[in-house]
Amino acid sequence: MIALLKRDLALAVRAGGGFGLALAFFLIVVTLTPFAVGPNAGTLSIIAAGILWLGALLSCLLSLDRILALDYEDGALELLATAPIPLEAVAGIKALAHWLTTGLPLTLVAPVLGVLLNLPEPGYLWLTLSLAIGTPALSVVGTFGAALTVGLKRGGLLLSLIVLPLYVPTLIFGAEVARRASEGMPISEFSTPLALLAGITLGTLALLPFASAAAIRINLR
Amino acid sequence: MSLWEYANPRKFMALSGAVLPIAAVGTAVAMVVGLVWGFFFTPDDYRQGSTVKIIYIHVPSAMIAINCWLMMLITSLVWLIRRHHVSALAAKAAAPIGATMTVIALLTGAIWGQPMWGTWWAWDPRLTSFLILFLFYLGYMALWAAVENPDTAAELTSVLCIVGSVFAVLSRYALVFWNQGLHQGASLSLDKEENVSDVFYWPLLICIAGFVGLFITLVLLRTRTEVRDRRLKALIARERMA
Repeated sequence: MIALLKRDLALAVRAGGGFGLALAFFLIVVTLTPFAVGPNAGTLSIIAAGILWLGALLSCLLSLDRILALDYEDGALELLATAPIPLEAVAGIKALAHWLTTGLPLTLVAPVLGVLLNLPEPGYLWLTLSLAIGTPALSVVGTFGAALTVGLKRGGLLLSLIVLPLYVPTLIFGAEVARRASEGMPISEFSTPLALLAGITLGTLALLPFASAAAIRINLR
Repeated sequence: MSLWEYANPRKFMALSGAVLPIAAVGTAVAMVVGLVWGFFFTPDDYRQGSTVKIIYIHVPSAMIAINCWLMMLITSLVWLIRRHHVSALAAKAAAPIGATMTVIALLTGAIWGQPMWGTWWAWDPRLTSFLILFLFYLGYMALWAAVENPDTAAELTSVLCIVGSVFAVLSRYALVFWNQGLHQGASLSLDKEENVSDVFYWPLLICIAGFVGLFITLVLLRTRTEVRDRRLKALIARERMA
């Protein structure tokens, strides 16, 4: 399993540029936002937390079809399915590799982009933490979407259509934490969405690999 | 004699063929009676005026929109557990109906909201969750359309339906947390003291019965079409083999 993780990480970093793509996309979204809403610092600081969360979510979406599609095409997925490790674990590892190459860099770069959007001072810590807690859920849910659409020739758009509604709860709670924190509220004001966000992440981590594995099995049949 | 016998396509076709005309006539009667009674023989609300009459379409369509997904969840589970093809086809047949009902509920809600709340749309939890429900229907139907092998499509959409149900419920409560509501609470509950007034209650119940009948009729009709479509494809395949 460690070997699989290492292999996926190496593939993501070395081959095809999927690694930097999400970060570049995130940067572009953040750059384009002031063009769309105007350069007024006050307006930007109000929407900064939400835009950063939305941008991270969309960037995450961009690389989802790479989680399984390449392995499906060259037959590696079938080998993994017959390998001695359970397919549920494979799905989990795939999600973890996706998070390490997408969610984690996005989280780390978000505070830097926060400067561009004039994110208020108290927001930085909690924006980063909420992304760190929330993005694993995005990767796990995304792996499920990728597993559903892996057999399709043009699955990319369909994948977005399926996955985006599933992202709603994560986005709501994650952005709520970041927004409340950036408005300078004390932690007691946003501990509830924070706990719920962590709950969603843990719940999806525990349960969705089973659904993903089921979908992969169906697609390989 | 058990319910599962009707999972046999032949039996299903025989039974549904017999039930369909009855359901259609019942639906027509209930809808005509309910809507005519509701539109022409109930008084205007003292505050809302005649716009209150949108209730006869808005409430039933919203109920069907939600319960249609519930029905799809159940039929998906039946397909995954017991492998009855009719069940999977019924879920496929129901999805567009549910999506349409969701749109009807949203549109009538907007038309009602404009004079009452002064806005066509508000990011109220109920309104928003219906919009998200609509997105779920779209994703579900798109997956059905995209997968070529019908059995694979049935399986994948079933898995999506189950996972989607969990996330739909999660979203619903996340939205309640996210924003305060403009929409009124439930006013048709059986266990509440204060419900919608009796003058509106009875025609509304008949309208709901009419919409349920409409749903059943359309699902049966569309499922029969799907079964026939499947048979046709099997015949064509057999023809090619020979």
